Order: sequence, then C-alpha cells, then structure tokens
Amino acid sequence: MAVCRVRPGLAGLLVNGLLLGGATITLLPLVWMVSVSLMSPGEASAFPPPLLPGRVTFANYRELFAHAGMGRYLVNSVVLTIVVTLVSVLFNVAAGYAFAKLRFAGRDRIFKVLLGALVIPSQVAMVPLFLLLKQLGLVNTYGGVIVPAMAGIFGIFVVRQYALSIPDDLLEAARIDGANEFRIFRSVIVPVLKPIVVTLAVFTSLGTWNDFMWPLIVLNDSELYTLPVALASLSREHVQDNELMMAGSVLTTLPVLLVFLVLQRYYIEGLTLGSVKG
Amino acid sequence: MRNVGAAWCFVAPALLVIAVFFFLPVVAGLAMSLTDFDIYALADSGNLRLVGLQNYAQLLQTPLFWQAFGNTLYFVVVGVPLSITVSFGAALLLHSRLVKFQAFFRTALFAPVVTTLVAVAVIWRYLFHPHYGLLNYALGLLGIPPIDWLGDPHWAMPAIIVFAVWKNFGYNMIILLAGLQSIPGQLYEAARIDGASMWQQFRHVTLPMLAPIVTMVNILTIAGYFQLFAEPYVMTQGGPLQSTVSVLYFMYEEGFKWWNLGSASAVAFVLFLFIFCVTAVQLRLARWQSAA
Repeated sequence: MAVCRVRPGLAGLLVNGLLLGGATITLLPLVWMVSVSLMSPGEASAFPPPLLPGRVTFANYRELFAHAGMGRYLVNSVVLTIVVTLVSVLFNVAAGYAFAKLRFAGRDRIFKVLLGALVIPSQVAMVPLFLLLKQLGLVNTYGGVIVPAMAGIFGIFVVRQYALSIPDDLLEAARIDGANEFRIFRSVIVPVLKPIVVTLAVFTSLGTWNDFMWPLIVLNDSELYTLPVALASLSREHVQDNELMMAGSVLTTLPVLLVFLVLQRYYIEGLTLGSVKG
Repeated sequence: MRNVGAAWCFVAPALLVIAVFFFLPVVAGLAMSLTDFDIYALADSGNLRLVGLQNYAQLLQTPLFWQAFGNTLYFVVVGVPLSITVSFGAALLLHSRLVKFQAFFRTALFAPVVTTLVAVAVIWRYLFHPHYGLLNYALGLLGIPPIDWLGDPHWAMPAIIVFAVWKNFGYNMIILLAGLQSIPGQLYEAARIDGASMWQQFRHVTLPMLAPIVTMVNILTIAGYFQLFAEPYVMTQGGPLQSTVSVLYFMYEEGFKWWNLGSASAVAFVLFLFIFCVTAVQLRLARWQSAA
C-alpha cells in the first residue's frame, strides 16, 4: 500500500527514514553489547557512556572461560539443543504425518484434544512435572530438560498442516510398489516434508537454546546450567561488571542470531505458516 | 486400512511424551492445588492432606498475590496494545511500495525476537542504568532529567514494558506483514476507482481484511504477556517494592523457593483460568463483530 501518492519523493523519505530509525533502535543495543564486551573492565561505567572501546581487549571473554565456567555452560547448551531438536523433530514429524495421512481409530478425536490443549500454558504443568521428574530421578540431569521436550503439540500441528497437501496417489504408488510404511516415510515422505522439517528444526533449536524458566527450575547444579540460566545467575552476582556481563550476553545470544541469519527464510516461513494459514 | 499398526508406531512416541509429561502433570496440578503439598510432604508423602479450596481462598487473602496480579495486568493492558501498535506500524511501513532494502529492514526489525531473552535483559539493565545508561544519556540530550528506571517503583514496570515491546514487536510484525501481502490488489484498485482516499482504503479494505489475523495476534500476544517471568527475574528481581512481581514470578518463588507446591499449583490454575476467560471473551467478540 502506497502511503502517499501526491509527493512520492517526500513520502519515500518519510517511510525509509522511519524504518531506519526503527532499525537503529532494534540493532543499537546489540551492537553496543558487542562493543562493551571488548572494553577493559570499568570502562563502560563512565559518563557520557562510551560507544566504542578505547582499546579492544578480549580479557572479558578470557575471564568468562577461565573463572566463570563459561565453556561448561556452552557445552551444556549445545548438547541439550542438539538432542532436543533431533528427537522432537523426529517424533513431531512422524506424528504430524500420521495425523494427516494415515488412518487409525480415534485419529480425529485425539487431534481435536491436542488442539484444545494448545490453550494450556506450559507453566501450569511445571510444578507437578518437577515432582514427576524427581520421582524418575531426572531432576538435575540433562534428562530433566530433554525428556519433557521430546514432543510438542505445536510441532505436530504445523507438520500436519503441511503434510495434508501430500497427494494420496504418491502414497498409493509407493504401497503398490510393495514398500512398507516405514520405508515410505523415510524415502518418500521425509523428502517431501523437507522444508517444514528444516523450519521446525530451526524453531525448536532456537527455542531450546533460549528457554529459561524450565531449565532454571530443573537444573539446580551449576555444572549443568545452560547459558541463559548461567548468565542470569552471573548477572545477579556481578551487577557492577558491565563489560564481563556483555561478553556473557554475546556468547549467549550470538549463536542464535547467526543461525537465524543463515536460516531466516525457514524461520519466517514457519511463523506465517503456523498462523495465517492455521 | 491395512497399516493401522504402522500408523500407531508413528504417533505413539509423541503421544506418549505429551500424555505423560504434559497432560498428566496438568491433571496432577489441579489435584495438587487442592492439597497442602509443602516441603514436609516433599520429604514424606504421609504429611500430605487434602484441603479443598483452601489454597485458593488463602491466595485471595494474600496481598502479594494481588499485587502480582495487578502488576501482570498492568503489563498486559499497557504492553499489548503498545506492542501491537508498533508491530502494525512497522508492518505497514515494510509493506509500502516506497521501501528500499525491504529485506534488510525486515531482518533488522525482527532481530530482537530471536535473541536470548536473558541476554538482552542483561543488556537493557545497563541501558536503563541511571548514571551510565545510554537511555538517560539520550534523554539528557533532549533536556529530560535522568530517570531511575529500574530503581523507582513507578518506572520499573514501564521500563520492563519498553523492553518487552522492543523484544517482541517483530514477531507480530511478520504475521501482520504476511496478512497485508495476502490482501488482493484488486480490492484496492476497486476502492480507488470508487474514489476512496488512502485513509478510506485503510479503514474499509485493509482493516476488515486483516480482522481475523488481528484477532489471532491479540489472543496470542495477550496470552504470552500474561506469562511474564524472565524479565523481572533478571532485571529487577521483582523489585523495587515488589512493583514488578508477576504472577509467574510469584508462582516460581512460592513453589521453588518456599516449596509450597500446593499453593503454587493453585497460582498456576488461577492464571490459566484468567487467560482462558480473556481468550474466550475475545473469540466471542470477534465472532459477534464479523456477524454484525
């Protein structure tokens, strides 16, 4: 929609100017984070606040890895994100496909129950889930984060919507050729579903990496902290250490930003898929 | 059909996980909220007693619960309209034919959404710093005296709202932009031929066509904003003077700091019930509006 047809020059300036202002506001804190993380300790606590480091130093990063256990947290986050993503994508894609294309008793009724349950916020389950995992001996283990995240209603829903468009002829042809259902899934369905699989994987991995409340509850042993949990705990201890905290923020958020930049097409497609068409 | 067994193999793992680690806890939570489950019951379940609705009754007499509820409502009532307005404005700008570098601006405006909440909350805590923060510095250039954003009970929640809008508006912006792009161009053409002004086109073509998406965006955003937790946890720890304690923050402390798990379950259900009612009212309103 054109904002103004009378004086396109001026209107164009206004539209692009506003967007430039908006982009500055969204990006400045992130750029400033990187800049402060490269300053020497104490340098950012000055007035007026410095925008660029006087002398670039990686001392904060070294400090984080040497004394704050950042390497350990990084490993925790990477391992948990990879495992949760692999398992939950596999489970969700299989289930979403079955709900769309295979027949079994009670299929539509079960799916309706799942859809209805989407309105229940996950926090409602947190207290009893903690007790359940405690019984199973999973509190304070990677399993405490992984096991409840192995499948999700939203993921199943998104895959089902996508899989509905697979033509039945494709399945029939494969069945006539004598392929069993698992082979069909592996060599016919998964290639067709590839775009939604990638989208779901990007979504799940970013969500798992960024998740905070549940890991905070279920991981009490600091050896097991994920980056967000560790950063929150560090920032409560080191309120004054501006530069150190910024380096921690860079390590926590830069990986997801990079993944997003590389795979943003899939991410943004997934956003609109789950909503506009649903 | 013949492959019913195979079909169950496909759905069973996911359904099992969801049943055991979501449905079961939800039902158990409802049951727990009717008990006095606390640290003694945690040690020995023999100390567990059924107390009926006592947890709920007690909550309604707890001033901090009401404060948390009020704070959360403040966050939702101010934060959601602000957030959606910014999203809508940004979507309209991006949709304009006059935009240069649309892809760049879209990515730049969306970037905060994918960042880690805890990490950017740490950044904003410093941006809000009363002496060294960039925000007060920028305000100072405009001649506005410094504000103790996170230290003043009147400013702490507005500060968190500003941060939340910055973090979240890109999400709805993308959805609204997709909605704008799906409106057929002929509609605008027809309106123009009928002599409709830009504003009239917006009012009578754009808004009605977007109505279902706006309803959905509203519902999801309100439900999301009711779940405020990490922002106060990192930025203010509920303070100052408990002005940023949210319902979930209250639940977290009640459950995992004081181990009053029965009472914490009751808090979770009150929040859920409230979100549910607000959603139902919005759906009813939307149906009534589209029928009218």
